[in-house]
Amino acid sequence: MAAERNWTDRRIENAVGNLLRAGVSLAALIVFIGAIIYLVRHGMSPVEYRVFRGEPADLRSVHGILRDTFHLRGRGIIQLGLLVLIATPVARVALSMFGFAAERDRMYVWFTAVVFLILLYSLLGSAV
Amino acid sequence: MSTLEFTLLVCAGSLLAGLVGALTGLGGGVVLVPFLTLLFKVDIRYAIGASLVSVIATSSGAAAAYVKEGISNIRIGMFLEIATTLGALLGAHLAARVSTHAIAIVFGMVLLFSAYFARKPRPLHERDAPPDPLATRLRLNGSFPDAEGERSYNVQHVPAGWSLMFGAGALSGLLGIGSGAMKVLAMDQAMRIPFKVSTSTSNFMIGVTAAASAGVYLRRGYIDPGLAMPVMLGVLAGSLLGAKLLMRVHTKWLRLGFSLVIALLAIEMLYNGLSGRI
Repeated sequence: MAAERNWTDRRIENAVGNLLRAGVSLAALIVFIGAIIYLVRHGMSPVEYRVFRGEPADLRSVHGILRDTFHLRGRGIIQLGLLVLIATPVARVALSMFGFAAERDRMYVWFTAVVFLILLYSLLGSAV
Repeated sequence: MSTLEFTLLVCAGSLLAGLVGALTGLGGGVVLVPFLTLLFKVDIRYAIGASLVSVIATSSGAAAAYVKEGISNIRIGMFLEIATTLGALLGAHLAARVSTHAIAIVFGMVLLFSAYFARKPRPLHERDAPPDPLATRLRLNGSFPDAEGERSYNVQHVPAGWSLMFGAGALSGLLGIGSGAMKVLAMDQAMRIPFKVSTSTSNFMIGVTAAASAGVYLRRGYIDPGLAMPVMLGVLAGSLLGAKLLMRVHTKWLRLGFSLVIALLAIEMLYNGLSGRI
């Protein structure tokens, strides 16, 4: 029984490791593609970050980011990559939840579910 | 400055921060915000958003390697992530309500703590504590591969560790840092978890903690793609390079030098915050 639990633990650890690596690589690739489009189009214009204005609405929501990506806007594609990056730990938590369920570890399924809900609230929650 | 120049300069600086952060084990996040605000005069809110994103990238990259070695304790990480993510939500909400001066002052104080932490040699105390009832019920005790085979450990002081983790999460959400130093402190000092397990589990938790506040920052419009792009790519490249070099570099002098830089940045941040320049 103990050995079996250990074996499942190791399997989860491996899957989690692979997921994290894949998520970060994918995010970096998307950001890089967006960066090229952004720099080719806007590389010569001046930058200004001294004054805080906040991002336009289309770069603040999942829906807006996807629409910008469809129109091949550099900033939208970069933001999509960042969204994939933020979603990577969320997916990791979801994967752990399945892992604990496979081990019939009810207490940790609950703990993981709480963390997952907090993350979902942060990403999709009502406007702050 | 044109966008291209700015992007390349920020990318180079972030690469250096990621490299030194990985070599010293302190992470680059703690120097990124001062670097962007003091050197490039970026508004601190944009700087925090960009830093937060890069923290997710480096911690997830590093955690992927650690987890496979079986050193991280996934249960301890998961249980304490309840505290860090709740703290991170609180921190992210506070960030919109307190003035940028106050954020700069808190940042300066955290930098001072990090400089002290960086100077301290890694503790090496063997301890065999009896199992704690609460930790046993939560199934937190574990073992990890050591030089002499599998070594087991018993976790202590769960409530104290949990509270410290909540604080670490709040600082992470407020300042856009990984607050790895405070996480390690909570696990290593308070909960008596072996240092190796504490550092790798901390790394494992940083990504989830940062994601909890990054969502709030994104929706609030604090994450600018033009700024976050060079920061994230630079820090990620730097930390991957650092992980490769780690075996070949003597980190003692590097840690000392880095802690000096952090202390100077701390004074600069405190001065700017108190004088109302940030």
